[in-house]
Amino acid sequence: MNQSRRKVLQRAGTAGALAAAGVLRPQDLLAAGWNKDAFSAKTLADALKNIGAAGAGDSKDIVIEAPQIAENGAVVPVEVTSNLPDTKSIVVLVEKNPFPLVAKFDFLEGATPFVKVNVKMGESSNVRVLAEAGGKYYSAVKEVKVTIGGCGG
Amino acid sequence: MADPMKIRAVLKGDTVDVRVLMNHPMETGQRKDGGGNLIPLHFIQEITVRLNGKAVIESQISQAVSRNPVFSFRVKGAKAGDKLQISWLDNKGDRNSTEAVIG
Amino acid sequence: MRLARLSTAAAALASVGAIALAQDTKKEIEKYQRMISEASPVELFELEGEALWKKKQGPKNASLEQCDLGLGASVLKGAYAHLPRYFGDADRVMDLEARLLHCMITLQGRTRDEATQRVFGNEDKLSEMEYLSAYVAGQSRGVKMAPGLAHPKEQAAFELGRKTFFYRAGAWDFSCASCHGEEGKRIRMQELPLLFKPEFARPVVATWPAYRVSNSQFKTMQWRLNNCYQQMRYPEPNYASDITVALTLFLTATGEGEPYRGPGTKR
Repeated sequence: MNQSRRKVLQRAGTAGALAAAGVLRPQDLLAAGWNKDAFSAKTLADALKNIGAAGAGDSKDIVIEAPQIAENGAVVPVEVTSNLPDTKSIVVLVEKNPFPLVAKFDFLEGATPFVKVNVKMGESSNVRVLAEAGGKYYSAVKEVKVTIGGCGG
Repeated sequence: MADPMKIRAVLKGDTVDVRVLMNHPMETGQRKDGGGNLIPLHFIQEITVRLNGKAVIESQISQAVSRNPVFSFRVKGAKAGDKLQISWLDNKGDRNSTEAVIG
Repeated sequence: MRLARLSTAAAALASVGAIALAQDTKKEIEKYQRMISEASPVELFELEGEALWKKKQGPKNASLEQCDLGLGASVLKGAYAHLPRYFGDADRVMDLEARLLHCMITLQGRTRDEATQRVFGNEDKLSEMEYLSAYVAGQSRGVKMAPGLAHPKEQAAFELGRKTFFYRAGAWDFSCASCHGEEGKRIRMQELPLLFKPEFARPVVATWPAYRVSNSQFKTMQWRLNNCYQQMRYPEPNYASDITVALTLFLTATGEGEPYRGPGTKR
């Protein structure tokens, strides 16, 4: 995320004022905090690079609770706990999704590094989770198989 | 009328277990309607969790989060009577938020 | 498309019918089912349903709040768990949807045609019946399923439901039992519960109506039966007809005693 842009937003006040001042383009107005490059990345490697997490080492202190088999890929519950001290954020990716980056959670003062989110999976894939702690990124992975149940009804 | 949003906040010691339910289509832009036309991308991009007005969790999500998203969080240092507020902003500029008093 | 899917289903059923899922596969699927239930948007539909329950509608400009769902006018707690049951004012056994329809007609002055114009909704917008079903069912959380079985008409409905469950007809000579009548059957990765046995009926009756994650739609028992009939290549039953109520009574009675878990969340 562009730090100088965020600072401008915090100082300037309303989005309308910012647009009028020519600081924001119309398409930026409402998504200034959303990392478009990272979310548009089509490969795991690019997504990791865009959030600054390329080369993250494995960690057993990141616990992923997710079903091994999902009856449907539309809703796959993923629960993440980071036991790494000083965890500042958790990132969830689905490696084989068209756009692997699914969510980033930043924990400001007072929040426990824990989250549960329902994700869409296009096919069986690794769910990759990153945790940013002590200024570095760490990684963990869990495979989820996506099946289709039932008779279509 | 804004779509309903619901927070369940359960205090366990000094940590609140928060579960928030949101109504949102989270369209990926890949789905087709009955006439074969692509339904445009429409999804929540940012979520903020505030305790007594102060942001404690900030989140950016993609269209790959499930329709009608449900999230669970944990917030430390909370006590009964504190206010928990959760708000979202989507790619069309629509917003929604709801509040709960921690019981 | 549907024809191809159904014939594949029938072929799949015939060929893998007797092969149950491996134990660990089954456990993982149960974990999935549990996790999606814990993170479900159904309570939002209950909130919408509550608003509709209280909304003044129809020529009589009345809400549904005075509706008697079997435990007295306006009593919601536990009412769903005691359905289907006989209602003297209609001289009929009714399930939840039949009774809601009755109240829409009698309390609100609406016509059957208008009230049933859109009974099955979609992912963008549930139907009024679906929202109301979510709300009313939610008020029975924790209450043991106990449909009416004492009145002669309730007993007759139970018998009709039981007979219908096993009655083969339609273009493919299917009955409910064709899919739900033999232990260990499945279609693709979904196990088909043996619905005429209490042990298998109980978790089913305790979790309908339900949100379907595969299409993000909230579905009621009337829809479930209607869809089963379509799958079996039968004509669709009329909404809230005697035969659908009878089947629901048979299924609910088979699963009686199970504490209702609230509107479910399923694949």
